[in-house]
Amino acid sequence: MPELLQLTVDGLPLSAVVEPGRTLLRVLRDDLGRTGTKEGCDDSECGACMVLIDGRPVNSCSYLALQAAGREITTVEGLAGVEALHPLQQAFLEGGGIQCGFCTPGMLISAVALLARDPDPSEEAIRDGLAGNLCRCTGYQPIIRAVQRAAAEMRAAVSAGAVTASLVDPAL
Amino acid sequence: MTSRFAAPATLEAALAILAADGAARPVAGGTDLVVAARQGRKDLPESIVAIDRITELARHEVVDGVLVLGALTSHDWLAGSPDVGSAWSALADASAIVGSPATRATGTIGGNLMNASPAAETTAPLVVLDAAVTLQAAGGASRAVAVEDLATGPGRTVAGAGELLTGVAVPPTAAGSGSAYIRLEYRRAMEIAVVGAAALVTLTGDGRIAAARVALTAVAPTIVRAPEAEAALIGATADPATFRIAAAAAAAAARPIDDVRASADYRRAMLVVVVARTLAAAAARARGQSIPIPASRWAPGQEV
Repeated sequence: MPELLQLTVDGLPLSAVVEPGRTLLRVLRDDLGRTGTKEGCDDSECGACMVLIDGRPVNSCSYLALQAAGREITTVEGLAGVEALHPLQQAFLEGGGIQCGFCTPGMLISAVALLARDPDPSEEAIRDGLAGNLCRCTGYQPIIRAVQRAAAEMRAAVSAGAVTASLVDPAL
Repeated sequence: MTSRFAAPATLEAALAILAADGAARPVAGGTDLVVAARQGRKDLPESIVAIDRITELARHEVVDGVLVLGALTSHDWLAGSPDVGSAWSALADASAIVGSPATRATGTIGGNLMNASPAAETTAPLVVLDAAVTLQAAGGASRAVAVEDLATGPGRTVAGAGELLTGVAVPPTAAGSGSAYIRLEYRRAMEIAVVGAAALVTLTGDGRIAAARVALTAVAPTIVRAPEAEAALIGATADPATFRIAAAAAAAAARPIDDVRASADYRRAMLVVVVARTLAAAAARARGQSIPIPASRWAPGQEV
């Protein structure tokens, strides 16, 4: 039996009528029109579908939509502010962390999750934090450097009091 | 196709559904159940009981020296807990290498055990640490089952219809003990063990092995103890020569298969290397040496 699903996506209260076996990825893309989150492998190997659920990184292709009822979902579409991109987006853009762009939404979400728990990660910690995200274009080096650069900018902004903690952790 | 879905807030309600609906199966994070369906290996159950909102299954604490884990305890928490890392290191070693950060944030200890994969990472550590699970059913029925006795084959356990794994209890280890879990892996993430081994070693003051438990991953239909290896260790000096003898003896418990990830011959050959390395890490920890978590990333010296 289909059920009414109510959840918050990137700050917006949304709802859909959902069959129990549907995944969160399908509902985000097909029912709610939030196509920023991508379908890559569709079985949790590639990370293109990564979203935050109450701040935790989750492969939305392998997560039942109804389990997200009442929860806060953050997708790539929720990262940018009104006037500026998120520092991670800006660093990916300027540093060549994007080529075809298909892995980028998931890469960004995993990077946000990583920096929320470790604002000053080592290169190895960045590699571990992005280990569930595959990129077939960049060879990863520009992505690692972009995360390092964004992390430094976000630390500087936080210590200068220029942003609130919500920029660092969208789940807050 | 799934036609029924429930997300009860209490254990009592979840057990009532599992008792009343014979087709109902529990899901916590979905990192096995939903992935298997996406890969076309196994359809989603007709009826799903999501247990992830049951707060009484999410607790984790140390009570009188016993590590008490609710079924919903995440791999992420196990990998990062200082208590687990120091006193039950093998479990931290295993939890830290499950899947990816997303798998570890969402996947649970209860799911890892009940999925009963012959390659499950946390099972061998829990076997050597002598852990037991609690299986509960509606009406107050509850029983403890040793993790060693839980799985009966790939994807199969002793749990009956209506029984839910609600928690895991890991007893304290004896003074002078150390434990470790190491797997052979082809890549660092989104990987499962090609072969793996967990060991618990208890040393006497003069460096002899007073007690030892060894369990093997991905070399049999279930995770298995290696009694021949344990016998070779007890009473012997904890040194590389002993570890090599015990590792060779461990092969007696292995019944590996050929599959897409490795041939049976390769598994048997690598098992000996992995067991020796795991024993060295466990013994080093028993002596108080710091071996980083996960031990699979540890590069032992020439002595092994």
